[in-house]
Amino acid sequence: MSEILSLSAAGAAKAVASGELDARELFETYRARAAADQLNAFVWVAEAVPPAVEGPLGGVPLAVKDLFCTEGVPSQSGSRILEGYRPPYTATVVERLAAQGAPLLGKTNQDEFAMGSSTENSAFGPVHNPWDRGRVPGGSSGGSAAAVAARLAPWALGTDTGGSIRQPAALCGIVGLKPTYGAVSRYGMIAFASSLDQAGPLTRDVTDAALLYSKMVGARDPRDSTSLDFPGAIELPVRADLAGVRIGVPAELSGEGIEPGVLEAFEATLELARTLGASVEPCALPHAPHALAAYYVLAPAEASSNLARFDGVRYGYRSSDADDLIGMYTRTRHDGFGAEVKRRIMLGTYALSSGYYDAYYGRAQRVRTKIAEDFSAGFERFDFIATPTAPGVAFELGAKTSDPLAMYLNDFCTVPMSLAGIPAISIPCGLAEPPGGGRALPVGFQLAGPAFSENVLLGAAFALEQALAFDGSVPDDA
Amino acid sequence: MSVELEPVIGLEIHVQLATATKMFCGCELGFGEPPNTRTCPVCIGLPGALPVVNARAIHFGLMIGLALGCELAPRSIFHRKNYFYPDLPKGYQISQYDEPLCRGGSLAGVRIHRVHLEEDAAKLIHIGSSGRIHGSQLSVVDFNRGGTPLVEIVTEPDLHSPAQAREWLELLRATLRALGVSDVNMDEGSLRADANVSLRPRGSTALGTKTELKNMNSFRFLERGVAAEIERQRAIIEAGAEVVQETLHFDPGSGAITSLRSKEEAQDYRYFPEPDLVPIATTDAMLEAARAAMPELPAARAERLERDLGLGAERAHQLAFRVELGDFYERALACGGADPVALANWVGGELVARTADGDPAASLVTPAALSALVAMVSGHSLSGTAAREVLDVLVAQGGDPETVAAERGLGALDDDTGLAAIVARVIAEDPAAAEKVRAGNPKAIGALVGPIMRETRGRADGAEVTRLIRDALGLEAIEGQAP
Amino acid sequence: MIEREEVRHVARLARLALSDEEVDRMAVELAGVLDHIATIEQLDLDAVEPTSHVVAVENALRADVPQPSLARDLVLASAPAVADDGFAVPSPQA
Repeated sequence: MSEILSLSAAGAAKAVASGELDARELFETYRARAAADQLNAFVWVAEAVPPAVEGPLGGVPLAVKDLFCTEGVPSQSGSRILEGYRPPYTATVVERLAAQGAPLLGKTNQDEFAMGSSTENSAFGPVHNPWDRGRVPGGSSGGSAAAVAARLAPWALGTDTGGSIRQPAALCGIVGLKPTYGAVSRYGMIAFASSLDQAGPLTRDVTDAALLYSKMVGARDPRDSTSLDFPGAIELPVRADLAGVRIGVPAELSGEGIEPGVLEAFEATLELARTLGASVEPCALPHAPHALAAYYVLAPAEASSNLARFDGVRYGYRSSDADDLIGMYTRTRHDGFGAEVKRRIMLGTYALSSGYYDAYYGRAQRVRTKIAEDFSAGFERFDFIATPTAPGVAFELGAKTSDPLAMYLNDFCTVPMSLAGIPAISIPCGLAEPPGGGRALPVGFQLAGPAFSENVLLGAAFALEQALAFDGSVPDDA
Repeated sequence: MSVELEPVIGLEIHVQLATATKMFCGCELGFGEPPNTRTCPVCIGLPGALPVVNARAIHFGLMIGLALGCELAPRSIFHRKNYFYPDLPKGYQISQYDEPLCRGGSLAGVRIHRVHLEEDAAKLIHIGSSGRIHGSQLSVVDFNRGGTPLVEIVTEPDLHSPAQAREWLELLRATLRALGVSDVNMDEGSLRADANVSLRPRGSTALGTKTELKNMNSFRFLERGVAAEIERQRAIIEAGAEVVQETLHFDPGSGAITSLRSKEEAQDYRYFPEPDLVPIATTDAMLEAARAAMPELPAARAERLERDLGLGAERAHQLAFRVELGDFYERALACGGADPVALANWVGGELVARTADGDPAASLVTPAALSALVAMVSGHSLSGTAAREVLDVLVAQGGDPETVAAERGLGALDDDTGLAAIVARVIAEDPAAAEKVRAGNPKAIGALVGPIMRETRGRADGAEVTRLIRDALGLEAIEGQAP
Repeated sequence: MIEREEVRHVARLARLALSDEEVDRMAVELAGVLDHIATIEQLDLDAVEPTSHVVAVENALRADVPQPSLARDLVLASAPAVADDGFAVPSPQA
């Protein structure tokens, strides 16, 4: 059984294709582990092994974040307001992956409506980081990240709005990819912020990420107006070095506010990149310091509107405390939404309200333009831009829950790429001690590229990954 | 001191488009379907569902813009209009805000402010007291209608009387009907109109405080509602008070005007660009397709009917602006045999009088039958009176005029013995009248024609009767005398 | 600073019931975030176009062809309250 667990998803797919491994045994191995999950990574686990589906993904079971609609299976986006909700349809991306041979293993826990960086905002309890159970796995795709890191799932789907795939990948020592905006269909993804949300893979290594991603993109989804045809196919990476690769490092996102241990691991990785033949130079992103502010206007604004449909009328929770319509609305939403969600709805509503639109939403949209321009200018001189993924290693459960702003700062390295709509990948690049001392924890290295550069991005990440040889196994006594 | 006050009226019209499917999803449009059987994740606002724009709705929107002489935007986007109501499944309506599909334009001298696309709300049915929910009243939502494509047309405040507002709206309706983009039926809700009403001193160019009269669902109620609101505002102003800006409802039964929304509920719609949709760029192909689909519009049709067929201005206008009538008329004309002017008078006069709402489709008479009927009258094989009786039958039961006339023995009396005998007897019974006719008194002949027509139950052709009378009295036939 | 009345007004717009204590706490939390967001006020953005759509795509349109609707029992399956084949809610007029 441990042999099965030691196989990467790509390795397992190959073994199934060659007949060495039985797909049903593969599924049952992971199903049993997921069902015995102690990390609270799963909110639902398949009760039986599904009929085998042939396909390039080899029947390798897939853990899927709670917010993806899966027909007949709970899809709650981590919220009490959707507790037990079973949709009558399945998200396009989940459907496509299942058709290619990746059956649904289970639904993973997340911050409520994808709002958070620690998965402590889930209505179904926090998720524990497999590297240290007293610490967070990151968020909002914390369940997916923890499941992959703890080998409760071979691979997983998450979503990234401001860093929600990349940051938990970094904190859990695994790989996470945020696509070019529009590359993956959003149909069936319970929305947080429409112009930022993207589905992406969380995997043990870069090859697995490439394999899963290759089946997530392709022809656009006619049911998602913002989806795009992906130019060309995603290849499995083979790159051995970084000769000729120009890497830009923005001082704005790689100095102040970053833990020393993280910076050290980051600098060491840049050094490694140089030995592989890359050139590494500073690359200014002058508006990056304002990205977080713009994001915390735009995302809550869109969310405040996207979450208006949760009104107790057609599905989900309805409060029985009120007789009148207004009371039904206000009590339903008060009871059904958690504190962070309510905060962001208030923030978003405020930013859009009469008299404030120009000062907040209007300005934030313009900051977004400038950030995209900064990246475009950067990509004229560099192939990729590199930053630490997160400003720190995994923090303790409860450490940042009393200060919303402190929590938001977790995103400052990842948010700029989300605003610009460009692809970015996080790979584990080493370990670092947390500020208070203790066991060393994973550090993530982020590489971002221009729109549709995922193939070269995965290639460069692969080369680095091979050279880093990071041991992703979680310590036995974690 | 009393200043003369002038009404200033603007209209906000919502038109349901006659597309096959909804604005943002593929649910099929219908009418009267069982509740909640024409819905999908998109139009009931399920989590994760996304809208996709109906290409035909854009096409119809462009056609409306062309018909109204608007500027068609090279790029337009959708916005979210955010508010909470049970008939609004997403908690926002996808509409257009400051980048609409069309701007400007005019129709019959009334300027158009804008034309834009949006989705219709669902249907909320108030079902009154029930024992449920602690005894409070219940409403039930049916989402079949939710998501129907709507075009909103907003005029500038260029109308100045209730009658003018009504007439203009009827003209707009005729135009939209001719385009084929909507059923524009106020009874069924495919045409809805709100009126913005204010008063100002005559000669002033400033605008007074306006009120909004919502959802008047017939042309008559619109006219009466606007008139009632003008009077209400006049009374307020003349008493020295100020008109309050508010949304009002007109009850046609009682004539009362009541406030629909309290002031506390001032709506802040928090418009922002719809992130789930991408912009509409009006391509040359889209414009070409819209132009190619344009039919002859009412004004042009009226002109043509006058010019090419010799119809009088009023009759031409009537047939052109009541599209169903005009279509019926031209189909009848195409059957041949009937004089265009006479046929127009029969369609616009006699047929209209016999059909509900003047819609010939509400009867069983066919264009061919009416054409034949008119030809029979012109050819004197049927009297005018008899023809009217035949038309009654055709409208109620259908059929062809020759058969109907024969069955009822309404054929014109033209056999000389029968009619001539009646003429001779009537003359003999009224020698005084006969004398007056001989003496040249033009009106005296009526006293003889009357009894003859009565006796023949209108079957005799008037002109023929006159001829026979004059013949019998030894007078010459009078050329060109009207029967 | 964000006034209590303003918080109540925004909560009304968002249809969120907030107790007095929650209003006060929200005022403080929002003020903190708004202060951070205020940094964008200093930027000179007059000549900059707003980005309302990140993807450079236009005219994502759908042919006007009917697609199957959901069966009604599925539509109503998750409804908190059903009456007369529809979604029952307290009447707005009540």
